[in-house]
Amino acid sequence: MPVQNGPVIKRRDLLALIGTIAGSSAMYHAMTSLGFTSESAYKGPLKLAGDPKGASVLILGAGLAGMTAALELRKAGYKVQVLEFNSRPGGRNWTIRGGDSFTELGGFKQNCEFEQGLYINPGPWRIPYHHRALLDYCRRLNVVLEPFIQLNHNAYLHAGRAFDGKPQRIRSIKADFQGQVSELLAKVTQQGKLDETVTKEDQEILLQSLRAWGALDRDYKYNANLGSAEFRGYARDPGGGLTADPLPSDPIPLSAILRSQVWRYLQAFSRYNVQTTMFQPVGGMDMIGKAFAREVGDLIRYNAKVTQIQQNGSGVTVSYVDTTNPSAVQQATADWCVCTIPLPILSQLPLDVSAPMRNAIESLPYAASVKIGLQFKRRFWEEDEAIYGGISFTDLPIRQIAYPNYGFNRAGRGILLGAYLFEGANAYEFTAMTPAERVASAVEFGAKIHPQYKAEFETGVAVAWHRVPFTLGCAGEWTEAGRAQHYRNLCQIDGRIVLAGEHASDLPAWQEGAILSSLDAITRLHERVVKT
Amino acid sequence: MMTRASISAVAALTLLSATAATGQDNASRRTFSSGYRFVEMTGEELFANVCQGCHMPDATGATGAGTYPSLAGNKTLEAGSYPIFLIVNGRRGMPAFGDMMNDGQVAAVVNYVRTHFGNDFQDAVTAKDVQDARH
Repeated sequence: MPVQNGPVIKRRDLLALIGTIAGSSAMYHAMTSLGFTSESAYKGPLKLAGDPKGASVLILGAGLAGMTAALELRKAGYKVQVLEFNSRPGGRNWTIRGGDSFTELGGFKQNCEFEQGLYINPGPWRIPYHHRALLDYCRRLNVVLEPFIQLNHNAYLHAGRAFDGKPQRIRSIKADFQGQVSELLAKVTQQGKLDETVTKEDQEILLQSLRAWGALDRDYKYNANLGSAEFRGYARDPGGGLTADPLPSDPIPLSAILRSQVWRYLQAFSRYNVQTTMFQPVGGMDMIGKAFAREVGDLIRYNAKVTQIQQNGSGVTVSYVDTTNPSAVQQATADWCVCTIPLPILSQLPLDVSAPMRNAIESLPYAASVKIGLQFKRRFWEEDEAIYGGISFTDLPIRQIAYPNYGFNRAGRGILLGAYLFEGANAYEFTAMTPAERVASAVEFGAKIHPQYKAEFETGVAVAWHRVPFTLGCAGEWTEAGRAQHYRNLCQIDGRIVLAGEHASDLPAWQEGAILSSLDAITRLHERVVKT
Repeated sequence: MMTRASISAVAALTLLSATAATGQDNASRRTFSSGYRFVEMTGEELFANVCQGCHMPDATGATGAGTYPSLAGNKTLEAGSYPIFLIVNGRRGMPAFGDMMNDGQVAAVVNYVRTHFGNDFQDAVTAKDVQDARH
């Protein structure tokens, strides 16, 4: 055990001290200088100070935005009720398991035949480490997390017209691209072509770094040798006894990599949104929705389809029908309304709001997105190919194959995400198919990367988000111009109504956006309530 | 034009085949675009590969928490400029396809919808009409 001598003041204690003495802005500066601050807009559990004096809030939608609002507003002393279209909580926070059935718009019904314990998350499926609000709710609501593997060096990059159609390991493309680019840069450095921009001393260091970064040999060349093999992989791995000696493998020429376009995937793994470490809830993404519902489920009226939202100076009246008995229109009233209904639906409802907000609601399109889960008789990607979790990328219309991040190295069945389309033409083309056609296409395309598909495939489910009855689309597809024109109008409190959800955030399509939007909306709403 | 009954039959067949759809050669018979933009050129193919995703194969739309309007026998299609505007700009749940289809593609699919599914508007729109609507 480390021994501590003398009084040690911990950083957190110091910060608390600074906060007490100097106020929160001083504390913020202190946090920044101590390297402690989070980049997130989330400032820790919401504290809504002040008495709402019995005010009531009607929340429309029991997704993460709606349930966050319900949880926090009830805690702050509001009378809360929630109307939800589905017969379950969570909204797009959704997991499909064996035995579930799902009917998409058009009446196409799928009965999921996955083995018990296997699942697919058709909506959100990964949580970045910097989504502090969502992670905090997971901790507070006891949602157990496990790693979501975004980058697996042994998964594939695939281009239909390159490398004779053979998928290439990410590690090999990465090492070969990096190695040969390093070799080129080392060459021009040695030719003196950087003399005007880099000092001689720095050039020496640059050459050293290129050798290390690119796995170059003594002569600053990238070659088939045991040095490059440490990164790109071996023709024969190091072993034991009399078969111990490893063999290097042959790099792929730079020209082939350049023309294949697979280099474009390499940097994708470094994007802030998908940098390691990422998480997923153990057992399925809907564990989050279910955990929220354990807290606020008693406030939710399910199967409630909203048909009209009215407001006047004294309150809000929402008309709705029970989807199991839609003939009788019912009404719910409250002093205030937090509306999380997705905009493709909200834009069609009679709704008393100002023209600028109405215009914003009507102007935001929702992205097309399709996810397809495929069950196989065995986990051939692990057994045959040593791919444990992670994602392969391809220029085929399926775009991605994602390997399950649970149940590693087990015998028996497993499920792949056989296609993940987001925006672009293919997402619409897959939406226009029947579910069975989508699954069949995913199997046919996927077999070009994993030939085992043909023999091992058993059953699949496909969710096309424009055909999902409770959203009519995946998520808000903002453009810069659209955001400049409409975003603030969308987020303003309009009389007694405020909108929340990923569409009212700068993190569209992320669960964190839904929660941060909700926290921001109810904070502003509460300020107004306490003032009046 | 398909009737409601035949649509249900298709849906039922689809269900039956959902678990058996292994080696079928579906993908090779369909058109898939390679980039962000659609490669389909005819109105018929654009409808089948794009529009029917929401408006359904028989163009009668669908209803959940919200509604995709029926394009079948739809009088609002009488002015060709209206569907052109919607396809290019989007509105109320309808995505904007202005960046994903060129003028000729938008005109082709508008003309297809305006002369099928019980619609009979013979005044064809042109690529020039679409180009003008973009400004």
